[in-house]
Amino acid sequence: MKELKLMKGNEALAEAAIRAGCDAYFGYPITPQSEVLEYLSREAHARTGMVVLQAESEVAAINMVYGAAGTGKKIMTSSSSPGMSLMQEGVSYIACAEVPCLLVNVNRGGPGLGTIQPGQGDYFQSVKGGGHGDYKLIVLAPSTVQEMSDFVKQGFDLAFKYRNPVLILTDGALGQMMEKVELFPQQERKFERLDWATVGKPADKEKNVITSLNLKAEAMEVINIHLQEKYREIEKNEIRYEAINCEDADYIITAYGLVARICTKAAQMAREKGIKVGVIRPISLFPFPYKAINDYASKVHGILDVEMNAGQMVEDVRLAVNGKVPVEFYGRMGGVVPDPDEILKALEEKIVGVAV
Amino acid sequence: MSMNERDLLEDKHFEQVISDESICTKENIVYEKPETLLDVSMHYCPGCGHGVAHRILAEVIDELGIQQEVIGVAPVGCSVLAYNYLNIDMSEAAHGRASAVATGIKRVLPEKYVFSYQGDGDLAAIGTGETIHTCNRGENILIIFINNGIYGMTGGQMAPTTLPGMKSTTSPFGRDVATMGAPLKITELLAQLPGTYYVTRQSVHKPLNVRKAKKAIQKGFEYQKLNKGTCFVEIVSNCPSNWKMTPVESNKWLDENMLPFYPLGDIKVPKD
Ligand SMILES: Cc1ncc(C[n+]2csc(CCOP(=O)(O)OP(=O)(O)O)c2C)c(N)n1
Ligand code: SF4
Ligand SMILES: [Mg+2]
Repeated sequence: MKELKLMKGNEALAEAAIRAGCDAYFGYPITPQSEVLEYLSREAHARTGMVVLQAESEVAAINMVYGAAGTGKKIMTSSSSPGMSLMQEGVSYIACAEVPCLLVNVNRGGPGLGTIQPGQGDYFQSVKGGGHGDYKLIVLAPSTVQEMSDFVKQGFDLAFKYRNPVLILTDGALGQMMEKVELFPQQERKFERLDWATVGKPADKEKNVITSLNLKAEAMEVINIHLQEKYREIEKNEIRYEAINCEDADYIITAYGLVARICTKAAQMAREKGIKVGVIRPISLFPFPYKAINDYASKVHGILDVEMNAGQMVEDVRLAVNGKVPVEFYGRMGGVVPDPDEILKALEEKIVGVAV
Repeated sequence: MSMNERDLLEDKHFEQVISDESICTKENIVYEKPETLLDVSMHYCPGCGHGVAHRILAEVIDELGIQQEVIGVAPVGCSVLAYNYLNIDMSEAAHGRASAVATGIKRVLPEKYVFSYQGDGDLAAIGTGETIHTCNRGENILIIFINNGIYGMTGGQMAPTTLPGMKSTTSPFGRDVATMGAPLKITELLAQLPGTYYVTRQSVHKPLNVRKAKKAIQKGFEYQKLNKGTCFVEIVSNCPSNWKMTPVESNKWLDENMLPFYPLGDIKVPKD
C-alpha cells in the first residue's frame, strides 16, 4: 500500500534519509533547513540506529562527513548558503578523494548573510566547483516535496555508483512548504566492506588511504585525468530533465527547482493568450542537459531563462543554445520569488515581442 | 673514500661474517622494525621528532595487536605523509580538521581504534575549534599532538606554541607577546574539559622520554576501549631545520627552553 503523508520539504528529505538507510548525518543549524537536523535528532537513532551529530560548525560537519564517508557508509549533511560556503574546502577534498556522500543545500538569498528567504544564487557554487580545483558534484534540483524525498535515495545511489559527492540543490521555499509525498519503504542499514574504504586493514590486504594529496605534478595530473574521465562518464549517463509542453512550442522557458513550477503556470497563462510556450526544467544541473536544450532551440523562436538570482544557469542555457535563437533572462534576487504574471510579462516583452 | 675503506666494503669475508646465521638469530635481535612501520625512507629531516613518534606509535600498534582494528588520521603539516609510513588504514584531513575527521570515523565505527596525529599549527591554531569540541564531546579517540613550536612544513613561521622571544620567519625579532599573543598551552586547557579522560605531555628527545611517550600512547589506545572520553598525548618535539640547529643542539634547546614552558608529565589521569 502507498504511504502518503503531508510533509514539509525539509522533513520529507530527513525522513527519506532515514528510509534510505543513511548511517550518519552531521550538521549545524541554519535557517531555512534546521528542520532536517531537528527531525533527524528526534526520529533517526531510535528507528534505525543512525548516528546524528550536531557539529560545532559547518567546517567540522563536512570534515566529519569526509571521515565517516571514508568508511564506505552512507553519510550526509545539509546546510544553507552561508554554511555551504564554509564547507567548500572540505567538499573539494571529498571530491578529489572520491568519497561518496550526500550534501544538501537549502539555498537562501545572498550574498553575505543575506536573507532566510529562498534563493538560487548558489548555482555557480554548486555546479562550477565552489571549492578549489577542478572537480564536479552531481547536482540534483528537486521541484516538489516528492522529489525532496526521492532524490535522497537516488542521490545515495549515484554517489556510490560513481564514488562522487552528490548535492541536492533546493531552496528555502521548497524546504518549508508542505505537500503530499509518497514515502518509499524503509531500506535496511547494512554494512558492506568496500575495497577502497578505511575500516581497518585486513592482514591479507594492502592498507587503504583516503587522500587528495600527491606532491608530484605528473601523478596529480593522472588523478585529475581520472576525475575528468569520470565526469565525462557521468555526463553520458546521468542527464535528467523534464520538458513540459515543448513539442509544439514556439517559445521556451528554462528554469530549475521551484521556479520551474511557477514558470509552468506562466506558460499555461501564455497558452490561454494563444502564445505556445513550453518549459524545460533541468533536473540534473551537473550533468547539464545541453543537448536537449540545443535540440529544442532549433524548433523555437526564443528562450527565456528565469531564476531567483542575477542570471547564473542562463550561462549554461546560452552555451547549450549556442546562438541559434535569442536567450533572455528574467530574475528576482535577494529572496524574492517571482510570480507567474511577471514571468509572462517578461516573456512577452523580452522574447515574444522581439523574436522574428 | 680511502683505499682501505673500499677494500673493507668489498671484503667478501667481512660481509659473510656479519650475515652469519650463527649471529643473526632471533634471540640476538635487540632492535627491529615494527610491522606497522613500512620499510621506506621517511622524508623527515635528520633528527626530527616526527620519525621517533611514528616509530613508537607503530610499536604500540604492533604490541597491542590492533593493526587491523585501527584507523589513523594524518594532518596537514610535516606529517601529512604519515600514511606512507604506517601500514594501517588512514585518512588525510584538511589543515586543522583531523579531529573532526576522526570523529566522523569513530562515530560510525565505534568498535575500532581511531587516532589523529597533528602538529601545533594544525591542532592549536587553524583547528582549535575542532580540537576543543572534539575533546569536549569526549570523542573516544586518541589525539597525538606534536608540539615543535613552529610551522615546520611551510618553512618555519610562528606557531601558536612558539615561545616568547623565539624567532621564526614571521616573528623575525622574536615573538612579541604584546602584539602576537602568548603561546597557547592548549593541553592544559583541554585537561579542564570533562570530555577528556587522559591528558599527558611527553617528549621524545631522550631514550627515557621515548619510553615514557610510548607508554602514554599505549595507555591512550587501551583507554579507548573503555569509552570514557578523549585521550590526548602531547609530544614536545623539535624542528632542527626551522630552528636552524643541528639535531643535538635542537634537543638541548628543547630541554632548556621548551620544557620549562611546557613541563612534562601527566596533566589529567583517570580517577578510577
Ligand atoms: C587551509 C590551509 N591553510 C594553510 C595551509 C598551509 N600549511 C600547511 S602545513 C601548515 C602548518 C603546519 O604546522 P604544524 O601543524 O605545526 O605542523 P609541523 O609541520 O610543524 O609538523 C600550514 C600553515 C594549508 N595547507 N591549508
Ligand atoms: S621541517 Fe622540522 S618538523 Fe618538518 S621534518 Fe624537518 S625538522 Fe621535522
Ligand atoms: Mg609544528
